[in-house]
Amino acid sequence: MASSPDPVSASIAVRVWRGVADAGEFQQFEVPQQPSQTILDVVTWIQRHADPSLSYRFACRVGMCGSCAMMVNGIPRWTCRTHVNKVMQNNSLTIEPLRNLPLIKDLACDMTVFFEKWKQAEGHFQGASTRADKVARLSPNSPQRRVADAATECINCAICYASCDVVSWNADYLGPAALNRAWSLQNDERDTATGRRLQAVAGDGGCHQCHSQQGCATYCPNELNPTASIAGLKRQVTQAWLRGGLRKRHD
Amino acid sequence: MTEARLYLAQRLSAAIMAPLVLIHLGVMIYAIQGGLDAAEILARTRGSLLWGINYGLFVIAVSVHATIGLRTLLREWASLRGTVLTLLCWLLFAALLTAGLRAVVAVVGLP
Amino acid sequence: MKPHRKQPLYLAFLLHRLSGLGLALFLPFHFYVLALALEGNAALDGFLHWSQAPLVKLAETGLVFLLAIHLFGGLRLLALENLPWRNSHKNLAAMAVASAFFVACGFLLRSF
Repeated sequence: MASSPDPVSASIAVRVWRGVADAGEFQQFEVPQQPSQTILDVVTWIQRHADPSLSYRFACRVGMCGSCAMMVNGIPRWTCRTHVNKVMQNNSLTIEPLRNLPLIKDLACDMTVFFEKWKQAEGHFQGASTRADKVARLSPNSPQRRVADAATECINCAICYASCDVVSWNADYLGPAALNRAWSLQNDERDTATGRRLQAVAGDGGCHQCHSQQGCATYCPNELNPTASIAGLKRQVTQAWLRGGLRKRHD
Repeated sequence: MTEARLYLAQRLSAAIMAPLVLIHLGVMIYAIQGGLDAAEILARTRGSLLWGINYGLFVIAVSVHATIGLRTLLREWASLRGTVLTLLCWLLFAALLTAGLRAVVAVVGLP
Repeated sequence: MKPHRKQPLYLAFLLHRLSGLGLALFLPFHFYVLALALEGNAALDGFLHWSQAPLVKLAETGLVFLLAIHLFGGLRLLALENLPWRNSHKNLAAMAVASAFFVACGFLLRSF
């Protein structure tokens, strides 16, 4: 006869950042440990049982939406996919809002600048066909499509943005996510804005600010590599310069 | 496009310097044996067109490369921007280039 | 060091930047010493004699390491930015450090 597992009786000392904008401090909670507990479970427990005024974001709880990203012991993670027993240090945890983003309250950041930079990088598809045209036939195995697909799974969780030190040192820097999307689109053979997009990512705050630290690649939960994408953009700019100089293009 | 141009200048000067640095490392490791002596060094370099081109090119490239590198460092770690940064960088470039070319003349001599 | 920075390629970046800074700070001094030759061999020899001291040779070895690591790390970056992407950058960075150490040891051993 199978015996039921021993109840885990230990508790975790959790430091959580509380505050608004630039003002705040850590608040300590004692959270009961449970089997297969995730960081999101911990935060949820605190809000439901200890302090209902704790503000945080989540949505899907299953590692698909990216809404629950926070700094856990100084590393940006999806809290719903981070198990407590994998990251806990001496039965304690530190949970903070994502780095490099303005704080709204407690663990919730203002994502506006992240999406603004996405737009500045021309991070949206621009095509020439209409609904009256035939559907474009693309081979998923063409070399260029493989390159585009390798970078396409970004769900805008901002973990790469939080892990990037160039973002923290240079407010103008578009950041790994926006540039990664730009690269994916540059390799979409249906896209008609590649000239304009290259201008957008080659300006001040663009791809040349990347120092290839690869924090983005280290921490991206979807295993994307923005550094590789940004290197691709740098190559495209160099090739454009070799071909005819860096003049403003209009398309 | 400033950042793109600076990036290209930085990488180009780096590419030019790659073989020059290898040569420099080689010369240093060769020459250090038995101690350095002014006469020995200068006998190698004085009046030599090849050493003149080697070190002259090296100085020009390193002046560009070091200035742009320091510019990035000052922007990111000292938060310098705009006119202050531009002026400072032109000063650094001029200082490195002048001191460097003077050193080349000292060691190779004038044509 | 902030936890998120404790990964090899951040350290590679730091090494590259700090070696560049060290070399940039050394350069004016280097140019000044070489220009002593304008005043005649004796002026340059005076400095070179001072530089025979073991601590100075050790410092010179350090400088050789900085130059070598900046060169090899720089070659890795040029490859990263201009050649097709490879995933082996941690290995390349480690090789750069090892090669620079090898070069610096070569200098050190020959300087004594």
